Amino acid sequence: MKCDIILAGVGGQGILTIAATIGLAAVERNLSLKQSEVHGMSQRGGDVQSHLRLSDSEIHSDLIPQGKADLIISVEPMEALRYLPWLGPDGWIVTSKVPYINIPDYPETDDIMTELEKTANSVVLDADMIARDLGSSKSGNMVILGAASKFISIPFEVLENAVRKLFERKGEEVVMLNLRALRAGREAAAGR
Amino acid sequence: MQKLLLLGDEAIAQAALDAGMSGMYAYPGTPSTEIMEYVQSSKQAASGNVHQEWSSNEKTATEAALGMSYAGKRAMVAMKHVGLNVAADAFINSAVTGVNGGLVVVSADDPSMHSSQNEQDSRFYGSFAMVPVMEPRNQQEAYDMIFDAFDLSERYRLPVLFRITTRLAHSRAAVVCRQKREQNRLTLPSNPRQFVLLPAIARKQYKALTSEYEKLRNDPTIEGYNRLTAGKGRGTGIITCGIAFNYLLENVAESIDDYHVLSVAAYPVNRDSVAHLVEMCDRVLVLEEGYPFIEAQLRGLLDRDVKVLGRLDGTVPRDGELNPSIVASALGLSLSEGREVPALVRQRPPSFCKGCGHADVYSALAGVMGEFSPGRVFSDIGCYTLGALPPYNMVNSCVDMGASVTMAVGAADAGLFPAVAVIGDSTFTHSGMTGLLDAVIKNSPVTVIISDNSTTGMTGGQKSQATDRLENICLGLGVAREHLRVIVPLKKNHEENKAIIRDELIYQGLSVILARRECIQTAARNKKAETAKKNNTGE
Repeated sequence: MKCDIILAGVGGQGILTIAATIGLAAVERNLSLKQSEVHGMSQRGGDVQSHLRLSDSEIHSDLIPQGKADLIISVEPMEALRYLPWLGPDGWIVTSKVPYINIPDYPETDDIMTELEKTANSVVLDADMIARDLGSSKSGNMVILGAASKFISIPFEVLENAVRKLFERKGEEVVMLNLRALRAGREAAAGR
Repeated sequence: MQKLLLLGDEAIAQAALDAGMSGMYAYPGTPSTEIMEYVQSSKQAASGNVHQEWSSNEKTATEAALGMSYAGKRAMVAMKHVGLNVAADAFINSAVTGVNGGLVVVSADDPSMHSSQNEQDSRFYGSFAMVPVMEPRNQQEAYDMIFDAFDLSERYRLPVLFRITTRLAHSRAAVVCRQKREQNRLTLPSNPRQFVLLPAIARKQYKALTSEYEKLRNDPTIEGYNRLTAGKGRGTGIITCGIAFNYLLENVAESIDDYHVLSVAAYPVNRDSVAHLVEMCDRVLVLEEGYPFIEAQLRGLLDRDVKVLGRLDGTVPRDGELNPSIVASALGLSLSEGREVPALVRQRPPSFCKGCGHADVYSALAGVMGEFSPGRVFSDIGCYTLGALPPYNMVNSCVDMGASVTMAVGAADAGLFPAVAVIGDSTFTHSGMTGLLDAVIKNSPVTVIISDNSTTGMTGGQKSQATDRLENICLGLGVAREHLRVIVPLKKNHEENKAIIRDELIYQGLSVILARRECIQTAARNKKAETAKKNNTGE
């Protein structure tokens, strides 16, 4: 088993929290893991990505080779497209449809959607709205992780445990909010 | 033994703690920052009373680490690659003094310049200083190697340069820890003149250093990290350095037996191993992160004995970090590729956070500078360098830590008036203070704006040495009290701030404007931490 994931977003959107959750779950499952992150300048509103690799055998490179990723998880639709060269022929894209517009020449969102639809295997959802409906506008990233969970070779309960562990020190309320977001994301993607 | 999920940086920090380090010294710099941060948050470090304060800059950090080594204890100093330029005087001379307690100097290179102004290769500093260099292939090896680095340092009485690059520094993997070692006891050097580099002593020690360096080539620890495996037939031999080995395996793990490979992770490299490899094949491909360091040595000046492929002949791009795809094409393998990036995808450069004080500083400055011809704003290294990008387009220089002040002074010497320097608080105490002293002495007609957000922002909000000290530092250096102005960069103060900046710009002498407002990221984090603390104590 191997699962190569590109996590994408804009600095400050919380992709490292997604990565940390999957990381904890992978350790729980005794999988090998490598996770490359972007720190520094780009974290100030620039495009950021993380290469997350899971496998039941040894992983060599910290970076995923182009054309080999199984999954792109993105919290921003244009950012999902930026990493298409990494996506394998049978790979999936799971992305939020909510644009993060901090540049003057941001493209038309309809055009972005058209591009996303060109990839047969894509799940596009309004993570912010789902999160807001649950009363936790900050948990959009957990909604996205939930939606992507069926493409990650880790049992859902193990991901839930990882969320619990990760948010434990912030109190039970925060844990429950994030768990609800995770489950809502999974349900939202179930029909696709 | 304990198994932890660690960034390369964190693996180095944990290893140093486990290997009996007594002091960690550093100035923040991507991609090295997390080493010190890990030590600062480690209970093990706290209970072992390990030194863990940030230093003012990489030079003071290196010297303090050398001082700890003088006293017989193990010390580590960490910095980004360009930080080693700042620390170079201390570093090069520490090879001549030698060490007492083990001393490891970590330099984190940033090929592809993800967060840096160049991609210099620290290995050159290692051979320049004539000290062992270690370059781990992965997180586990980074952990294990630190123990050997301290051992090598104490065995040869030399500092050891520990070179990593961005991908290892900022990539997480499982690391199995070892049995912890005790810290050294305080012991002064047996030779009281060891650290006294008067010419007569330095000459002797330098001679000894040159012969020690040759011995390193046959050191079993160093050789042990450089693995030569013979493949089948002749064909291409491959030398990899550090993490390049992983990219090779990523491509040819199944057929690795077909290749002759020398996988290097420590320097200086044994000449016999290289000769052995070269004899087995028709040509040698060199895969290394950073500059063509080994490749250039292999080619030599005449470049004719061995057929060498690498960065210098275009087999591998001359600049930028390696990745699996680059290595695949260097090996002549077919590339897997996904879909192209659609044309509509735009660049998304970093930008000021919403509500950032630096942005208000530039707004006010822009409002005044419009009255003069462009090209007068010298800036520095930090978040505020983003003032170079639209909509501000205000910054005309960003070179090295502290250069804003001194370049403005030089331009003023040439007759440019007005000239402005924009520098952050932490950068100012790192390397701006001495330049300001030059300006004071000449009363240079320069306006220095210290954009004080009370933190080291770009690297994630580390403590700034400047906080609460800037007025006293400036006055102490001799800045005139009436030309030391303090403003609060907020929209509501825009007109007032513009007026103050204009007054000081047209003043024919040195002024300093302290534009002070806490970084909104740091402020939010502090507030969160405070709330969490309150909640915890409330329970």
